[in-house]
Amino acid sequence: MLTAIFWLTGSVFALLAAIGVLRMPDVFTRMQASTKASTLGLGCLLVGAALQMGDFGSFIRVASIGAFVLITTPVAGHVIARASYYADVPLWKGTILDERRLQAEKGATKDPTL
Amino acid sequence: MLQLCSQITLGTLGIALVLAFVRLVKGPTLPDRIVAMDLFGMLVVGFIVVLAGTTGVHATLDAAVVIALIGFLGTVAYATYVERGQRQ
Repeated sequence: MLTAIFWLTGSVFALLAAIGVLRMPDVFTRMQASTKASTLGLGCLLVGAALQMGDFGSFIRVASIGAFVLITTPVAGHVIARASYYADVPLWKGTILDERRLQAEKGATKDPTL
Repeated sequence: MLQLCSQITLGTLGIALVLAFVRLVKGPTLPDRIVAMDLFGMLVVGFIVVLAGTTGVHATLDAAVVIALIGFLGTVAYATYVERGQRQ
């Protein structure tokens, strides 16, 4: 029963992550939707599977997958956002602050972000 | 009960995979495709974990570990490629 609740919650969060990636207007908003929602969804799926199997070996494997995902997903999101920001991917038109473009308009001699 | 629930879960994850694949095909820029690929890897890991929990075959969890690792390495490699291609 608990397994069913965790699996349904996790799949709903994974579906929300996919909808966010499909519907968001910008690379950066898509990246944050994908990163956060899919981390929570995968965590719920892992907890459900660990409860279902109830075995020490599979619990260790599921816990290692969860720890690995929790560590690497923020790193991957940061690396993608940094690379796409330096690659001058167009921002959403509602973006409030773009410090790199402000520096370029002020005519700074060196780009502080590089 | 659990059988029906796991089928619903797998169906929802399948819909999520299709949506991520639409973004992977459409994506206007390369970082969009990298984000979609990253999400694709995470969804496949969740799919395998649910399948392992349903069937009780423990060996598939090792495949989930390997796919999570390879997905992270591929994302970082693609991002490094995008960033270095811009600087040259």
